Amino acid sequence: MTDIDLTAPAAPAFVRPNLQRQAWEGRAIKNNILTGITWIIAILAAIPLISVIIMLLMQGGSRLFGSDIVEVLTALPPAGFEMGGGIGPAIVGTLVMVAIATVISVPFGIMAAIYLAILGRTSQLATYSRFLAKVLTGFPSILAGVFVYAVLVINFGYSPWAGGLALAVLMLPTVVLAAEEAIAQVPQRMKDAAFGMGCTRTQVIWKVVLPTGLPGILTGVMLAIAGAAGESAPLLFTALFSNYFLESLAPVNNPTASLSILIYNFSGMPFENQIELAWTASLVLVLIVLVFNILARLVGQPKA
Amino acid sequence: MATNPFERAGSSGTITRPPSGGELTTDSVFRGIAYVCAALIVVLTALILWELGKEAMPAISKYGLGFWYGTTWDVNKGVFGVLPEIWGTLYSSLLALLLGGVFGISIAIFLTQDFIHAKLAVVFRTIVELLAAIPSVVYGLWGIYVLIPMIRPGAEWLHQHFGWVPFFSTDLSGPGMAPAALVLAIMILPTVAAISVDAFRRIPYKVKEAAYGMGTTKWEAILKVMLPTASSGILAALVLGFGRALGETMALAMLIGNANQINLSLFAPANTLASLLASSFPEAGGIEVQALMYAALVLLLITFIVNVAGLAVQQYTVRKFEGKA
Amino acid sequence: MNAPASDMTSVSDFIAEPYVTQGSTVIDCNVKKIFYGSFLAVRDSFVPIEKNKITAFIGPSGCGKSTVLRSLNRMNDLIPIFRFEGTVNYHGQDIYAKGVDPVVVRRYIGMVFQQPNPFSMSIYDNVAFGLRLNKFKGNYDEKVQKALERAALWKEVKDKLKNSGLSLSGGQQQRLCIARAIATEPDVLLMDEPCSALDPIATRQVEELMLELRERFTVALVTHNMQQATRVGDTTAFFSVDISQGGRTGYLVEMGPTKQVFEDPQQKLTKEYVAGEFS
Repeated sequence: MTDIDLTAPAAPAFVRPNLQRQAWEGRAIKNNILTGITWIIAILAAIPLISVIIMLLMQGGSRLFGSDIVEVLTALPPAGFEMGGGIGPAIVGTLVMVAIATVISVPFGIMAAIYLAILGRTSQLATYSRFLAKVLTGFPSILAGVFVYAVLVINFGYSPWAGGLALAVLMLPTVVLAAEEAIAQVPQRMKDAAFGMGCTRTQVIWKVVLPTGLPGILTGVMLAIAGAAGESAPLLFTALFSNYFLESLAPVNNPTASLSILIYNFSGMPFENQIELAWTASLVLVLIVLVFNILARLVGQPKA
Repeated sequence: MATNPFERAGSSGTITRPPSGGELTTDSVFRGIAYVCAALIVVLTALILWELGKEAMPAISKYGLGFWYGTTWDVNKGVFGVLPEIWGTLYSSLLALLLGGVFGISIAIFLTQDFIHAKLAVVFRTIVELLAAIPSVVYGLWGIYVLIPMIRPGAEWLHQHFGWVPFFSTDLSGPGMAPAALVLAIMILPTVAAISVDAFRRIPYKVKEAAYGMGTTKWEAILKVMLPTASSGILAALVLGFGRALGETMALAMLIGNANQINLSLFAPANTLASLLASSFPEAGGIEVQALMYAALVLLLITFIVNVAGLAVQQYTVRKFEGKA
Repeated sequence: MNAPASDMTSVSDFIAEPYVTQGSTVIDCNVKKIFYGSFLAVRDSFVPIEKNKITAFIGPSGCGKSTVLRSLNRMNDLIPIFRFEGTVNYHGQDIYAKGVDPVVVRRYIGMVFQQPNPFSMSIYDNVAFGLRLNKFKGNYDEKVQKALERAALWKEVKDKLKNSGLSLSGGQQQRLCIARAIATEPDVLLMDEPCSALDPIATRQVEELMLELRERFTVALVTHNMQQATRVGDTTAFFSVDISQGGRTGYLVEMGPTKQVFEDPQQKLTKEYVAGEFS
């Protein structure tokens, strides 16, 4: 194509430009190659997920979606060369510890978010808390386990409470940041209207801000729960593991099973049966995590 | 005489009245609780530092800085050093960042720069989010039974033909750096992609218009205008992704081989700080627990620095677009 | 509102008298229909752009004047639901013909936008952007200085060329964008309400600039400000919007020398508009 004339004054004899697309011009070739690479990368990135899903369904699905389902979901894990068995105690343990973590982290998290988003939005405490919450979201999860080991396990032994507390430490910053964002998105005019009616700050928060921000807050809570359910590192030496059902919540030495630790323990065993159960437990764990992820999306939808 | 100016209004048939004492008490109690909860985050952070420091103190005073560059971890002899673990942590995270970074940024470009229809973009975004939703331990299991068998033939071929290259100087006997770094890359990809997508989305439409108005092709616009404009946001994505990789535990504990050695080879087993904690803590006692607490403190310090750096870059980016450079 | 006097049927059938240019025509724009999805945005507008003149597009909001302007260098292609029926002949080639690369079109027909949109790079790199894009071999410093001088910005920025383009004031940013657009000396410059975000002083500077640019370039200008059209426009095209069919469809009402359009309009609608009876 013709060069653009940069030097001649007002170009009396204007060269008629060729506007046609030049398929073999360097620019066009480079464009197509880069586009091709981007497509390949996008497709490659989807492969691990597809592979994981196929393995979960094939290896884990055979036990879960067959006639063994009741046994798998309720029986105790098998010993050494034993056949059959299930992941009952691990399911119960995971659910109990996630529930404990939720009960601890959600109230504190939402109250802290209320402070960060409304009561002390620009205060120094809010600045520090917000920053530390962000730092804590990138905090290695195993350190939550080490922390709880130091404060609880050394003195009271392994327990579902220790496991739940470690998960709560991980959930707290997620809940705080998500709830703060949801609360901050409540339009100022709504708050102004409530203040204009003579509401106290508490009334504005309870009657206007929380109901309006609720979908966003719940989304954050559900995502935090999904994350906690899949965690394993913080449970390693707080809840430890057990082959039996959790019998009480007494704060004594009371090792507790969880799905993730069961997968970890069984993954290295030289027995077919255990490895198959590890896949089954993985499938159950992924389904639990997915349910909370889907709930997060559903509750986040504005009401029609 | 001081009177309540509203008292008369109250008695003259209107229904307005001042908030009752109860309402005012509730208000101040509620605000007090919120304050305490916000302070709790600061207290919790301080407590974590304090507890880890307190438990690690005996080891710190005993091994001092030598702990950082010691290469032996021997409980029987009571010798502890974490240099191989620091090396393994940084090496695996850098490899993962290299791969996860290229993939994450490419996917962010793919999702934001009109390559696919908006509805298809939602499908891809969901896939990336699902990658983040799969638990670490499941990736570990997948790595053992799918990834390692899959990359083994390639690894053997590389070792046989290019064994003189330091990266391929050993054989892949099972767990090792390569499968660990690959899984780590998959795990940080969603973080890098999500933050980079935000960085691209924050670019005002008028900038894109200006680029196309100058007669750029799509890739000229992306490489010469969009990428430089989003660069600080992308940098934040990479640093935060790196922070994630440093602290990742379970998949690594299952895939890296837990060998205390420093080796450039991608196929040699290695160890990381987090997987050292995961594999040694449950059976540790006395003196080893103290050393592990020290190792935990080292990990905390490294991730803290990286995360604060990432957040600082991110803040700078947001300010650049909102407040002006 | 009554239909234009010369039209005895209805607004939706009205087609403006074709404007016959006096000099040579650079762009022969003949819009039949412009759609956004199923929405008919503009219909039947014949707008020739004359060489070395400023053609001003005026009309009420929503009349499609910006849409037509953006069709002249295929900027609208960025909007996926955009559809163009008709021809835009640039030096005798239809830029909407099959096989035409919009990227090439935009290199010859540059554009300045309503909002100043400098890139987040230095002032120098902003101006040099187009030169690099076109793989210009030669003295960059000289070209950058010349473009900035022409854009009446050189004196203000010559000591801080390394500063970010975003550090300038709004008016300076817009002149920087003009410098960026003219650095490669495109054949035609499209300006889409370039002064709408500027204060009166900056507006005057940009208007003076346009009059100078006319010497070398051909300019098409969309403006919401009728005084601006009378100050700088050689030719004026008046568009209006037809709401009789339920939608809001823009169309050309009248085009002619600016003096004639403002002082002796042929259409009743034009007369009402220039008299300020609606906007």
